[in-house]
Amino acid sequence: MNALWKFWDSSLGKKIVMAVTGLAGVGFVVGHMVGNLQMFAGAGAADAMHAYAKLLRTSMPLLWAVRAGLLACVVLHVTAALQLAARNRAARPQGYQQVTPQASTFASRTMLLGGILLVTFIVVHILDMTLGVAHPNFTHLDPYNNLVFGFQRPLMAAFYVLAMAALGAHLVHGAWASFRTLGLRKASERPLHRTIAVAVAIIVALGFMSVPIAVVIGALQPQGAASEMQASR
Amino acid sequence: MGGSSGRTLNLTLNVWRQAGPGSAGGFKTYQAKGISTDASFLEMLDVVNEELAAKGEEPIAFDHDCREGICGSCGMLINGTAHGPWKMTTTCQLHMRAFRDGETITIEPWRASAFPVVKDLVVDRSAFDRIISAGGYVSIATGNAPDGNALPIPKVDADAAMDAAECIGCGACVAACPNASASLFTSAKVSHLGKLPQGQPERYRRALRMVAQMDLEHFGGCSLHGECMEACPKGISIDHIMQMNRDYVAASWKGEPIAKAGGAG
Ligand code: FES
Repeated sequence: MNALWKFWDSSLGKKIVMAVTGLAGVGFVVGHMVGNLQMFAGAGAADAMHAYAKLLRTSMPLLWAVRAGLLACVVLHVTAALQLAARNRAARPQGYQQVTPQASTFASRTMLLGGILLVTFIVVHILDMTLGVAHPNFTHLDPYNNLVFGFQRPLMAAFYVLAMAALGAHLVHGAWASFRTLGLRKASERPLHRTIAVAVAIIVALGFMSVPIAVVIGALQPQGAASEMQASR
Repeated sequence: MGGSSGRTLNLTLNVWRQAGPGSAGGFKTYQAKGISTDASFLEMLDVVNEELAAKGEEPIAFDHDCREGICGSCGMLINGTAHGPWKMTTTCQLHMRAFRDGETITIEPWRASAFPVVKDLVVDRSAFDRIISAGGYVSIATGNAPDGNALPIPKVDADAAMDAAECIGCGACVAACPNASASLFTSAKVSHLGKLPQGQPERYRRALRMVAQMDLEHFGGCSLHGECMEACPKGISIDHIMQMNRDYVAASWKGEPIAKAGGAG
């Protein structure tokens, strides 16, 4: 049994993998959320989002490499999570009649449930906004209008908002726990205390939610397709 | 004076009873009458057991030894909290003034597949012993005690090692952990020895072997819920888990050193 397999097979090794892949995910959602804020660029928003979509496609091999990396992170993160959850359940075959939580939080106790919701969301989101197959009115490279038309379905907008709330909760625990799992923090008087993770979680969740909410309340309306796209038609 | 308040309590106990390792257990209800608020929790059980014995019933089995909070023998889940409602207190040091007259108290054994019930509230914690034998030792030179400060140790390291060394191995961390993980226990040992110069020779081997033994004993993984630290009667910090993880990652990277033939004298 080689060292890498031994590492992956151990519960601690799996936690390390989850922490590393989780932090990659944190980096991704922060970047994605900031990119989305161009939706609020006013009259030029459709142009800005179009230019952004083109920018991400500057090098297709690079884009595919990043996508493959992200997919690998999701697969490793989810596999480790499910395996650990099974081990954890087996570690206490008989539960307590009464348990009074002293330190765990709503966020820490719902990591598995929230994670399952997030995986479902990722699949729906890719079908909806990346491939457009689950979208009523999809135009390749016109993300502004894709988002606006997409969120004019109130149920879908509600699902996105719910998923982003779950993402926020996942980050409140995960963004904090990842650093501690990797041993990257100093010893502390209040080791459960977290400020940065909570701030990141709130900013990311609200940032993402702002788009569907703005569409639902009518603050974002369809715009003519990006000027460059009209010209090329 | 002794601070005796002279108050007494009448309590209802909801206690897990189990005749033996394999047998099916269940909760039984007992009345504990006229319990002094100055009694410890174990003394309260002693009173109940005396009555049970007088009636010819089997007394409630529970582990205990020092009854002064230093040996780690005692431990039970009291109203859903390991070692009961007082922070940084073992069950033997928990006193009945923590409870109200007329209260119902639910008492359960530590629950983990690694800690099988032996009888009633007694569980088999030898899994902890096997984790210790896997790596919780140092290759010390035996003989006379060394001179004080012959080996200079930075104050922060000495303090951190002492904090970790406070672990009495009671198992409350496992009992309180939603995953029944032994990470706090194991990390306290890894940190206690690994922070000191005497612990350096086996530092990485220790992390690898003790962590591997945790898995072999079927303890769960660490989700950093923080329950262990709150339950720990010695207030051992989850900071030690960071130390264990760092050592484990470094050790996995280096690989386990091949032991040289012969060995040191
Ligand atoms: S009996 Fe020794 S710690 Fe409680």
